[in-house]
Amino acid sequence: MSNENPAVITARNLNLTFQTNDGPVHALKDVSLDIAKGEFVSFIGPSGCGKTTFLRVIADLETPSSGTITVNGLTPEAARKARAYGYVFQAAGLYPWRTIAGNVKLPLEIMGYSRSEQEARVEKVLELVELSGFARKFPWQLSGGMQQRASIARALAFDADILLMDEPFGALDEIVRDRLNEQLLDLWARTQKTIGFVTHSIPEAVYLSTRIVVMSPRPGRITDIIDSPLPRERPLEIRDSPEFIEIAHRVREGLRAGHLDD
Amino acid sequence: MRNLLPVLTVVAALIALWYVAVVPMNAQWAQDQARRAGQDLSLAALVADTMSQSRPRLPAPHQVATELWNSTVVEELTGRRGFMNTGTLSNRSLIYHGWVTLSATLLGFAIGSALGIALAVGIVHNRAMDASVMPWAIASQTIPILAIAPMIIVVLNAIGITGLIPKAIISTYLSFFPVVVGMVKGLRAPEQMQLDLMKTYSASGAQVLAKLRWPSAMPYLFASLKVAIAAALVGAIVAELPTGAVAGLGARLLSGSYYGQTVQIWSALFAAAILAATMVALIGLIQRATLRRMGMAT
Repeated sequence: MSNENPAVITARNLNLTFQTNDGPVHALKDVSLDIAKGEFVSFIGPSGCGKTTFLRVIADLETPSSGTITVNGLTPEAARKARAYGYVFQAAGLYPWRTIAGNVKLPLEIMGYSRSEQEARVEKVLELVELSGFARKFPWQLSGGMQQRASIARALAFDADILLMDEPFGALDEIVRDRLNEQLLDLWARTQKTIGFVTHSIPEAVYLSTRIVVMSPRPGRITDIIDSPLPRERPLEIRDSPEFIEIAHRVREGLRAGHLDD
Repeated sequence: MRNLLPVLTVVAALIALWYVAVVPMNAQWAQDQARRAGQDLSLAALVADTMSQSRPRLPAPHQVATELWNSTVVEELTGRRGFMNTGTLSNRSLIYHGWVTLSATLLGFAIGSALGIALAVGIVHNRAMDASVMPWAIASQTIPILAIAPMIIVVLNAIGITGLIPKAIISTYLSFFPVVVGMVKGLRAPEQMQLDLMKTYSASGAQVLAKLRWPSAMPYLFASLKVAIAAALVGAIVAELPTGAVAGLGARLLSGSYYGQTVQIWSALFAAAILAATMVALIGLIQRATLRRMGMAT
């Protein structure tokens, strides 16, 4: 690990088995991972590899069958109750009956921020995702990419150090996606958050991450962990550099290796 | 308004059909009268007679319309016991009887909606209620209301409750059900992702209800309120039937059938229909205003 910062997320030998009608499904098998403060870690792999499940375990939306995991030194449940993370889902999931500002305000209302504090924070995070002029618009008046940015603003509105993102740009087209990736890196640099990012796009994972976790299915497990040698400052053109292509190649090899077991 | 022409066409067709039916329905009586008087009826005279009998089997539309007009506007403006002469509503006017029924309807509807919403909230939040309440709610609606209404009124009468309340309770009995069904569906409308999001905020059950489930349920609420208010009106009218009530649209229906006053029955029926349509339309307006303000108008 190239990072001397302390680990904020520590997973040891995590196992998670879902009981389904077709018998047990081994969603996570012996997953061990440390994520250090300020890292941008991507989880990549085919569907069923447990990348989303792992993110949901961190968020206390799933409970592991065995193994240990700590978030900020707490159990996931305690961390969730301490509001340690913001979560961004694949769909923006904005409330149609609230304006953009109202949507961003939602977690602040629930967490009991004062009214003036709410206004100030909404203004700040909307500026962060470049949606300042759209506070009074309703979600249906915005494009898909803008909606997803609003949902990122919503996850940033309260001061969680960790941002968990589950294929946030998966439903968007490539051009919008590139732009959002750039903005996300910029946002990460400015806010110093620790980000866990699930994706099934190799260029996206390589472009964004300081570390790439390659996973494979049946049972869901980690097959490779790649430290990115790319600098933190990354213009879009970096994707044509030999280093970038080399990492992308290694990710692809890792994904292929995972599939050879089938 | 571009729907106006087709709508009017359908209405005109229905009225025409009604007029056509009036002739054979009332012809027997007209011919009997003519035979007794030793007269021969021409077709024109027969048709004219069937349209103007005082106690026809099937009154003609214009007779019903005239009766509606006379027993509302004319009665209140010029009647000896009318509003203009006495300052109170005449007990011979449909406005008075309509108001008697309407007050029971509105009270029953208010209680029924509140009860329906409360039950739905309970069903969505409590596993035991989920398993136990719904079957009873469904069972309650399979009992014929005509069978249970007299019993409710007799029992309440025995403990000294009379007048508005028993009728309102029967309205409640009919109107809570659509609200329960609609609101259970509505409160469960949010997707799993939305509920997960709430969980990541560690939101309490009450917060999830207030900020997510309740707003999501709004379209369902209004749809079920429309059904409920119509059912509440039916309940109030039915409650007036078996008790020999002296006031209310149900009482008018009953006295009309005692004395063979078909025109009175039909005008009371139409008054009830107009009342129901008005209330449903009113809820529709509130629905549009609310959903528009919520940015959810379609």
